[in-house]
Amino acid sequence: MRYIEPHGHMVSRVTDDYVDMATAGCEAVCEPAFWAGFDRSSVQGFYDYFCQLTEHEPKRAAKFGLRHFTWLCINPKESEDVKLADDVLGIIPKFLDRPTVLGIGEIGLNKNSKNEIKVLERHIDLAARHGQLILVHTPHLEDKLKGTRLIIDALKSDKRIQPQRVIIDHVEEHTVKLVLDAGFWAGMTLYPESKCTSARAIDIVEVYGSERIWMNSACDWGVSVPLAVPKTALEMRKRGHSADAIDKLIYRNPLQFMSQCPKFKLSAD
Amino acid sequence: MEKTMTRQEALDLYFMDARSKLIDLAAFLDRVDRAEGEADFRLKAFRLALRELERKEPQRAKQVLLTLSDPTTKPIAKATAKAASGAWPETE
Ligand SMILES: [Zn+2]
Repeated sequence: MRYIEPHGHMVSRVTDDYVDMATAGCEAVCEPAFWAGFDRSSVQGFYDYFCQLTEHEPKRAAKFGLRHFTWLCINPKESEDVKLADDVLGIIPKFLDRPTVLGIGEIGLNKNSKNEIKVLERHIDLAARHGQLILVHTPHLEDKLKGTRLIIDALKSDKRIQPQRVIIDHVEEHTVKLVLDAGFWAGMTLYPESKCTSARAIDIVEVYGSERIWMNSACDWGVSVPLAVPKTALEMRKRGHSADAIDKLIYRNPLQFMSQCPKFKLSAD
Repeated sequence: MEKTMTRQEALDLYFMDARSKLIDLAAFLDRVDRAEGEADFRLKAFRLALRELERKEPQRAKQVLLTLSDPTTKPIAKATAKAASGAWPETE
């Protein structure tokens, strides 16, 4: 089995996770910038985080034979402070040319507030001006439906944005069709307690098809499973899915999306 | 996408797991019943969502999620530190 982990917060994980992922067939991991579990006190905290994501973490992953790529932004949970968000938006362009930066993410909404939307729109503008791919986080639980609708509206109202260059993550049964029908890619996050279980993610693929969709573990400092993608692949096998269908979902689909950024290469040359 | 499992195979693979979750659900409702004090909107939303299991067409997961969702479309004035609760307080 070969796979790509399209969404993993590896700075929160130990080296054993890298070993396990590489052993399970992972060839590359993509790490969106996100909330640290606490609010950072200044733009300098984000500068250091972006350095960690673009300098240190690729080297750590390489020790275990894994390619590491990243996405940059200020996450929606810290976007209520528009002044801080503007400061962070101001330093992101300095990092965009770095060799492992794939685009802007994970942007999106958390509580669906006016300021969050303002900051989301500024990120969309930044991505459009710099020709970047976009990775979007959708809110949790009861806020997901509304947040997904607001995010789609914001993306659609910027005419420079091509939907096939945007992945909207953490879809579930009530949001996946909204995302796919609007032309975007959809990400399913495999979490033991919230978002999607393996069984439900496979159900979604069986119902909505396997075009423009991927699965990720979104492993971070919370309850999450770094091997969620290969474990779900095993469950697909149990259900009788072909090796080719599994390979498409866990390898060729993320490869297809990410390859829209010319920097995404799986070999070291 | 082609169908991969027969109904029998789906039962073989998932019945025990679903049975266990069903009993957990029943025990959860019993536990809440035995406890004292007032319930909040979450229990009401939960009971409404349970009704969706009786549907005849395979849209139950989606309908349960919709029952537990905020259906409004206007952004809120300001984000607070309050975590999401898993149900919408105004579900009718
Ligand atoms: Zn994430």
